Amino acid sequence: MSAVKNDMINVLSQQEIDAIEAEIEHLPDRKSAAIDALKIVQKYRGWVSDDSLRATAKLLEMSDEELDGIATFYSLIYRHPVGEKVVMYCDSVSCWIMGGNKVRDRLKEKLQIEPGQTTEDGKYTLLPVTCLGDCDHAPAMMVGDDLHHDLTPESLDKIFEEDA
Amino acid sequence: MPTIIVDGISYQVDANDNLLEALLGLGLDLPYFCWHPSMGSIGSCRQCAVIQYQDEDDQQGRLVMSCMTPVTEGAILSIDAEPAAEFRSAVIENLMINHPHDCPVCEEGGECHLQDMTVMAGHSMRHYKGLKTTHRNQYLGPLLNHEMNRCIACYRCVRYYQDYAGGTDLAVFGSRGRVYFGRHEDGVLQSEFAGNLVEVCPTGVFTDKPLSERYTRKWDLQSAPAVCTGCSMGCNISVAERYGELRRIHNRYNSEVNGYFLCDRGRFGGGFVNHEDRIRRCGVRNASGVYDPVSKQQMLEKVSALISAAGSKVVAIGSPRASLESNHLLGKLVGRENFYSGLSGREQSIINAIYAIQQTGGARIPTLREVEAADAVLILGEDVTNTSARLALSLRQTVRNRSKEMANQIQIPLWHDAAVRKLAQDEKSPLVLVTASEDRLEDVSCLTHRAGPDDTARIGYAIANIIDNRYSRPADLTDNEQTLAASIASILKNAEKPLIISGSGSLNLAVVEAAANVAWALKGENKDSGLIYCVPECNSLGVTMLHDGNSNNLDDLLSGSDDIDVAIVLENDLYRRAGSTAINSWLGKVKNLVVIDQLDNPTASVATLVLPAASFAETEGTLVNYEGRAQRSFAAFLPQGDIQGSWQWLLDIADQVGTQKFGSIRQFDQVTEDIAAQNAALSGVTKAAPDASYRSGAGQKIARMTHRASGRTAMVADVTMYEPQQPVDNTSALAFTMEGANLIKPGEVPSSLTPYIWSPGWNSNQAIIKFQAETGGALTDSDPGVRLIATASPVADLHTRHTTIPAITRHQGGSLQLVPGYHLFGSEELSAYSKAIAELTPRGYFAVHPDVAGQLGVADHDGLETQINGANVQLEVVVSESVARQCVVYSYGIDATGELVHEKRGTFKKAESWESSRPSNLIMSDR
Repeated sequence: MSAVKNDMINVLSQQEIDAIEAEIEHLPDRKSAAIDALKIVQKYRGWVSDDSLRATAKLLEMSDEELDGIATFYSLIYRHPVGEKVVMYCDSVSCWIMGGNKVRDRLKEKLQIEPGQTTEDGKYTLLPVTCLGDCDHAPAMMVGDDLHHDLTPESLDKIFEEDA
Repeated sequence: MPTIIVDGISYQVDANDNLLEALLGLGLDLPYFCWHPSMGSIGSCRQCAVIQYQDEDDQQGRLVMSCMTPVTEGAILSIDAEPAAEFRSAVIENLMINHPHDCPVCEEGGECHLQDMTVMAGHSMRHYKGLKTTHRNQYLGPLLNHEMNRCIACYRCVRYYQDYAGGTDLAVFGSRGRVYFGRHEDGVLQSEFAGNLVEVCPTGVFTDKPLSERYTRKWDLQSAPAVCTGCSMGCNISVAERYGELRRIHNRYNSEVNGYFLCDRGRFGGGFVNHEDRIRRCGVRNASGVYDPVSKQQMLEKVSALISAAGSKVVAIGSPRASLESNHLLGKLVGRENFYSGLSGREQSIINAIYAIQQTGGARIPTLREVEAADAVLILGEDVTNTSARLALSLRQTVRNRSKEMANQIQIPLWHDAAVRKLAQDEKSPLVLVTASEDRLEDVSCLTHRAGPDDTARIGYAIANIIDNRYSRPADLTDNEQTLAASIASILKNAEKPLIISGSGSLNLAVVEAAANVAWALKGENKDSGLIYCVPECNSLGVTMLHDGNSNNLDDLLSGSDDIDVAIVLENDLYRRAGSTAINSWLGKVKNLVVIDQLDNPTASVATLVLPAASFAETEGTLVNYEGRAQRSFAAFLPQGDIQGSWQWLLDIADQVGTQKFGSIRQFDQVTEDIAAQNAALSGVTKAAPDASYRSGAGQKIARMTHRASGRTAMVADVTMYEPQQPVDNTSALAFTMEGANLIKPGEVPSSLTPYIWSPGWNSNQAIIKFQAETGGALTDSDPGVRLIATASPVADLHTRHTTIPAITRHQGGSLQLVPGYHLFGSEELSAYSKAIAELTPRGYFAVHPDVAGQLGVADHDGLETQINGANVQLEVVVSESVARQCVVYSYGIDATGELVHEKRGTFKKAESWESSRPSNLIMSDR
């Protein structure tokens, strides 16, 4: 590793480093904390940039490639910037049967973005997700950490009004 | 051996195989991607499905993945059954969904495993009408192209790169239909073995970059079986030519030596053959120092006149990078007493010692395949990855033996790769490193100790003494040394097949002798111990054996006071082996310097007469590798201009002189026979390969071109419409044509004469399966080469042999121990001229420990200077924690380091006027 990359450890805050080290303590080796470390970085920053990924890899004594392979495998680790909240609507079969497409179309119309995009004000990123485990109340979605179910196009308006 | 029934026919197969290996081993065709004979099975691509039936009454059967299914007694199988064939065809169709229709512009086309398997699986019509995924390709350095769109996601590349070769900077990203195989960001691949991806990738994702710059299809290449000249491992290569240029080097399978893989110096180091500094004409230096070209005949007359002049004192300097034949003829021409091996005195004494040790029979000399069977390894003072890279790749497999043991205990078959790796996690067989600076094998070593060469030798001596106290013990062992030696000794004593590796790399005789003591002491404990010495060049051992370890060396000549009329230098740049002051003062005594070489190097630049020598790709020659294996290398093409093999020059010179010394020797094979007749140690060399009179069963010579070579008639159409006659090869059983014995009919071509690998339906190098006695095993007609050093029973009283133990290295009034540091890219003379290699060569440097840097008052990028034998050497400082204290490690073979190779110690000070002149391109592997 070059000296430049060595410095990148400064990219991470002390809180992040402490939180990651705390995870490592429970594990047989540093690499095993990879997913937890990525989640911690994402918690503080909303996403995992190239710089924070390299810094985290250094901290875990892994190569950038090894950690990036893990980071990119999981669709909920964001390697691109996202809005303040991520809106994840389910596009699996139960939600689809119960009118999920209408919910999706209303979300697109309301936020004026396509799935995968972020609103201009940086508030929301819209992403499809494969099942939120709430099939008995389909269609379902999450806005940030909140789960919403039995969605209709009308109920969406209320949710976003309250969220605003 | 279990019997299995395949499509109604009974076969006997190996119980340890999986079904895929067994079926391929029987010569049956079954498509596969993710399985590789060296890497085992993971069952990822689903391409090798067959039907297995419960019993004779079972009409239905069930699909099994043959690579994941063990061989069982009485198994009833079908490859041809409709459901299996249909399944395989559907799988390949799936894999091909995103594969582009770019075969005509793809470098892999014509030797593509994916093409072969697609045809074999019967997928000829696409149904998919949607868009294909497109990826951004990465810059991976000067050696490899990256074209991700062609990927079929078989995962072979990452399994090879990470699991097999120990690389960390190639990985798989993303998931599902978006998986991407590459680096985290653009950049040079860091593994020394990255080039094997060209052959490991079943399609054209990773291809040979230098080849694609001057591209030729496999079927249009003219190839020959050759032996790599990059180091002393003697890897078998297939060298390929088109339009008079070396186009590429591919692996040539030899189960005992390189197996399926080469290092990147070997694969990409051949570029020097096409270099603009190649000497192509005979030249005579005129008064103004410029070379006037003369004809071959004029040159022969000039050389002959010089040699034949009455009372003429003629000496000759041989070379460890020239063939046995060329060295032998040179010695014959001038007489043994006037022949100097071309190695420095320091190098020669070490290699003589190595050869003497090998002859004692005190320990086995393992082949690279045998290396992979060792259960504990000790490396004393040799940076194996940078001096003998292919050995390092084998050692990365050796450390996996512990995981194989664990798998055996719970009966997991060893081909079950993912399971065996999961089981073992980080468990490894022990590998101990004692080296002067950072070593690339540290990630797989259980114990790394940093020590300068003398201290390394002391530890070796101490280990041997602990194992068997009849071996000499260093008198003033420190507590640290004692503890370290005890723990290493106990690791080795716990093994059954311990392997000791050392070599001439640290230019230290005591290290070599200490290593032998350890191996011998272990043998005395009834261990099946192995002992490997890496020697510097492709024929270092050969040229030493030629005169039974009694050759005069270069120092003997340089230190002499005689005036010399003619000195003939064979393929040897003297300035790499001795200080310039010593050489220049000797040259003052030499009236005529005759140089026979390939490149315009510093020695050629001061010659009176220059004769252009053929490279390994252009002539025949026998080389002896580290284990004493004589292997014949053949010309892929005939060179242009006046270039010819050095042995041919020497025959022509002798003919012109009219000497009787050569008797009736006129042909290459006669030279080899003469070597065998004159040297007991080399009596086996004629068996290295069949001679020029060999003919196939149908009475034909062997074709260097493929049977479907195209466009030969058009190659010179811009000059003449007539097709010129192909050159005739009188020196070997190979022919420069497409006519003759080829690989279509199995058994027609002996393994040592196989120019390239091909079999009907198998256009890629994976066709080698058709030439192996069993999958991944020896070649059907035995592996090429003949071992010259017999494994006799050990001579008596070995413990009395090596007793000269160096004193502990201390700071001696500001003088520091000089230790050569090697680089796969740059330290070897010829490969360093290859364009791709030159791009990866680091700048010359002096590396020191931070403590030493502090004492000298220097930091990274400053300069250090030293006065050595009248020369001032200045190089850039690299400060590194991983350099042993008391040592200065210098970049061997790079920049002005030839001045240093003679000296054990030097006194250094900061170079005040130092200015770094070249941009930094040091990569991780060079640190």
